[in-house]
Amino acid sequence: MIRVENLTKRFGGVVAANNISFEVKKGEVLGIIGPNGSGKTTVVNLITGFIKPDSGRVFFAGKDITAKPPHEIASLGVVRTFQNVRPFYNLPAYKNLVIPLYSPRAKSFEEFRHGDRDHIALDLLEEVGFERDSPIPYKPASALPHGYIKRLELARALALKPEVLICDELFSGLSQAEIASLLPILEKLNENGLTLIMVEHRLKELFELADKVVVLEYGEKIAEGKPEEIVEDEKVKEAFLGAEVI
Amino acid sequence: MSELRKERIDRPIKARTDDIYALMGYREISYLLLPRVLPIVVLLILPLIVPNLYYLRVLNIALSFAILAASWDFLANYVGLVSLGHALFFGIGAYTAGAFSAYFDLPIFVTIPLATLIGATISTALIYPTLKVRGIYFSLITLAFPLLLARLIEATDILGGTLGITDVEGFPNPWVESYLLIFSLIVVVFGLRRLLGEDLGIVLRAIKDNDLTVEASGINVNKYRAIAVFISSAIASFVGAYTAHSYMFVGLPYLNLEYSIFPIAATVVGGMSSIAGAAIGAFILVPLSEALREFGTLRIAIYSLLLMLFIAIRPEGIYMFLWRKYHQIERWVKA
Repeated sequence: MIRVENLTKRFGGVVAANNISFEVKKGEVLGIIGPNGSGKTTVVNLITGFIKPDSGRVFFAGKDITAKPPHEIASLGVVRTFQNVRPFYNLPAYKNLVIPLYSPRAKSFEEFRHGDRDHIALDLLEEVGFERDSPIPYKPASALPHGYIKRLELARALALKPEVLICDELFSGLSQAEIASLLPILEKLNENGLTLIMVEHRLKELFELADKVVVLEYGEKIAEGKPEEIVEDEKVKEAFLGAEVI
Repeated sequence: MSELRKERIDRPIKARTDDIYALMGYREISYLLLPRVLPIVVLLILPLIVPNLYYLRVLNIALSFAILAASWDFLANYVGLVSLGHALFFGIGAYTAGAFSAYFDLPIFVTIPLATLIGATISTALIYPTLKVRGIYFSLITLAFPLLLARLIEATDILGGTLGITDVEGFPNPWVESYLLIFSLIVVVFGLRRLLGEDLGIVLRAIKDNDLTVEASGINVNKYRAIAVFISSAIASFVGAYTAHSYMFVGLPYLNLEYSIFPIAATVVGGMSSIAGAAIGAFILVPLSEALREFGTLRIAIYSLLLMLFIAIRPEGIYMFLWRKYHQIERWVKA
């Protein structure tokens, strides 16, 4: 579904991504892990067009999407969430979804085109765990607790009906209970055929979900494999020495 | 006798719901309509009560600057494109109308709409490549555009060169001249406010808030920025075309810094991000500037001083102040 070939990106003297290659098949869940500054977000930005690689290629469904503008990549169905979520604070939560629903991709779906827009927005929010009959979906985004802001960001991405969803640290800043309530939502999406790329710090939860894990350190891929293999990998143990994880 | 207590007059409306108004009775309807209808009525009456043509001229200047300021406020405070070169849009509209009128003898009701569209198209085409740069860089580049165009006209002697185009058709009578602007101001202020509440407006405001998230939502941010520039420059070009016909002349003064800076000053005085505030600001600054004429060269100094004082005392702008006060009006009710 997504194939990354020899991606390299330098920022001045820093090599943020060095010759990284991996592949995600349709319906798979790929985890990307690594210590802080290992290039995880850079890889997300490279795939989704927010930064252009110095060399290497990104393929989606066999088509080269390298260095296409971000909105075009999103329109093809490769949709990302942001690590530092900044919703449209002065709009109510459900009105935040006006923006993705206004995109050409969302408008191309029959059910989005004909349904009542506010209803569609509320359906999407319900899907990610907003209580529909509560006042929460109607609150301005600035008044939402962090957990709901993360859910809102997920709903924003889902409004584009993605084929590949790339979550950049969706779990960061969330409590154990909040993550536990998000996991079934992601599992269900995956069961319905959504390909997931999860960039995460929270390894325990990620390993429950992931079919395959790529480990990055200093911009290099140091390991790739099934979660149970990664746990045993010497290099990975070294990179994560001291982390709560494995 | 039953006791009385004070209550905000909008309380029964606000208590029901915050943004969807459920209105009961003429009293509540008039509460909402008054701030909208009253300015329209005043505007429509003004040309009838001004004592002479001089004041009518001042009114027209205030009206045209009000429209110009509204278009600046829209682009800067809602879409996040702080243009320091509104004179470009204004000047292109003026030159287009002037050229069509003087060189092709087209009638006024053709040149003005034509200049509005052509002006907006040329302006958007010129600004489009700069949309990639953000913030202060965008502002600086737009600041240079009118200067560049002025030097170009000066150096190549096209469009009348330094002399300008003089035989531009005038308006048939002062009524058409004033009421055209009054209707335009009403359409622009209410139209822009309406637009900003629609989906397209929400997308534009979101671009100002966080353009990366909008881009990640599958929306071509540059395209929508260009649409916003088109809307804003169409309005400014219209005012330019109007002014060209009003003065029966187009020339380099139309690209003056004044037309870039005044809309900003008016918006600051009137209140940012309200569209109506920008228009109110123009209605304060234009007469003020005229009233200070007797002070000769000291005019600008006094004007600037008043402007600074104003910003220090009421930084939120007149519109916000009035809006707040209006919503705080209380009445006595039975406790």
